[in-house]
Amino acid sequence: MNIIIDDVGWDGEAGEPDVTALLPVPETHLAALHTRLAQAASDSDLLDVAYRTVTTPVGELLLAATERGLVRVAYEREGFDQVLDTLAAKISPRILAAPKRLDTVARELEEYFAGTRRAFDVPLDYALSAGFRQTVQHYLPRIGYGHTLTYKQVAEQVGNPKAVRAVGTACATNPLPVVVPCHRVLRTDGGLGGYIGGLDAKTSLLALEKAA
Amino acid sequence: MRAPFEQAVERHGATVLRVCHAVLGPGPDADDAWSETFLAALRAWPGLDEDTNVQAWLVRVAHRKAIDITRARARHAIPTDELPEQASTADIPDAEAVELWGAVRSLPERQRLAVAYHYLGGLPHTEVAELIGGTPEAVRRAAADGVRTLRKRYHAGGTQEGAPR
Repeated sequence: MNIIIDDVGWDGEAGEPDVTALLPVPETHLAALHTRLAQAASDSDLLDVAYRTVTTPVGELLLAATERGLVRVAYEREGFDQVLDTLAAKISPRILAAPKRLDTVARELEEYFAGTRRAFDVPLDYALSAGFRQTVQHYLPRIGYGHTLTYKQVAEQVGNPKAVRAVGTACATNPLPVVVPCHRVLRTDGGLGGYIGGLDAKTSLLALEKAA
Repeated sequence: MRAPFEQAVERHGATVLRVCHAVLGPGPDADDAWSETFLAALRAWPGLDEDTNVQAWLVRVAHRKAIDITRARARHAIPTDELPEQASTADIPDAEAVELWGAVRSLPERQRLAVAYHYLGGLPHTEVAELIGGTPEAVRRAAADGVRTLRKRYHAGGTQEGAPR
C-alpha cells in the first residue's frame, strides 16, 4: 500500500481532511442508481418531465416529454441548460434525464433521418404554446412530407389570412421542431425564412425530404 | 425550487452515495437509501425554498432514510452486530478505495457517523450532533478521531507517518 494521502487532499480546506477524494463512488454505479431513480419516479407519477438527447444529421437534439406526450424538441444552439430551465419554470422542476419515455420518438427520428419515415405518430403535448401560435403549430403536421407552404398560405389555411407575421412567429417559437414540421413553411418569394435550428438545419431537412 | 431536479442529482448524487456507503456499508442497503433519498427529494422539490442548502438537506434526508432501512433490516434480517461481511464493493474498481471503505466500515459507530455526516456530507458539527445525539464538541472529537484512525490505517506502510495537521 503506497498511497501518499497528503498529496490527494487528505488535508482539505481550513485544515480539515478532505476524505471524499479518497472515497470514490464509481460513475457506473451512480448511473445505474440514476436509471433506477427515473423508473421509481415514473412509477410514482413524480417524473413530470423526462428528457434525453439524440445525435442526428442536424446535430444533437434534446427531447423532452411529459406524461401526456412529447413537449419539447430543442436544437443544441438553443442551449440545453437554458431549455431545461425553461421547462422547469413553465411545466415542472420535477425533471430527470430519463431516456425510456423518449424511446419511441427517438426511434421515429432515427427512421425519419434515414428517409424511411414520413410522419411521426407519438402523442404531442403543446403545453409550451398557446392561442394562435398553438393553432398554427397544430396545423403544421398537415403539410405533407416533402411539400412546402408559404407563411401566407398557412395564414389562410388557419383562417386568418392577414396574420402572416403571426404565422412566422408561431413557426419561430415552435417548441417541437422537426416533429412539428415548421421547416416546411417558406417565404412567398421562395426564401427560407427563419428557423429555430438555423438555416443550415432547415435546408438539410428540406433536402432530406426531397431526396427520399 | 425552480431549478431542474436533475441538477440536484448531478451535483449531489456522489456525495449522498458516499454518506450512504459510510453509514450503511456499500451494498444494497446503501443503494436503497440513496434511491429513497432522491425519490423523497423529488417529491418535495417544487415546495423547497430557493435558499435551501440542497446538499445539507439531502444529507439530512439520507440520514432519515438510513435509519428507516436500519430498522427494517433489524426487523427482517438475521441478527448480527456487524455490517454484512461481504458488503458489495464489486463495482468499486480501485483496490485502494476498497481498502479505505473497509477502514471506514470498521470505525466505532459514532466515529463512523460523525465522519460520514461531517467530512463526507459536509454538515457542520452542530447539525451532526442534532442528527446523532451528543454535544457538538463530542461529535467534533468523534469525527477527528475517526479521521485520525483512517489516516493511520493508510499511513501504515507508507512514508507519511505523523504528517502534521
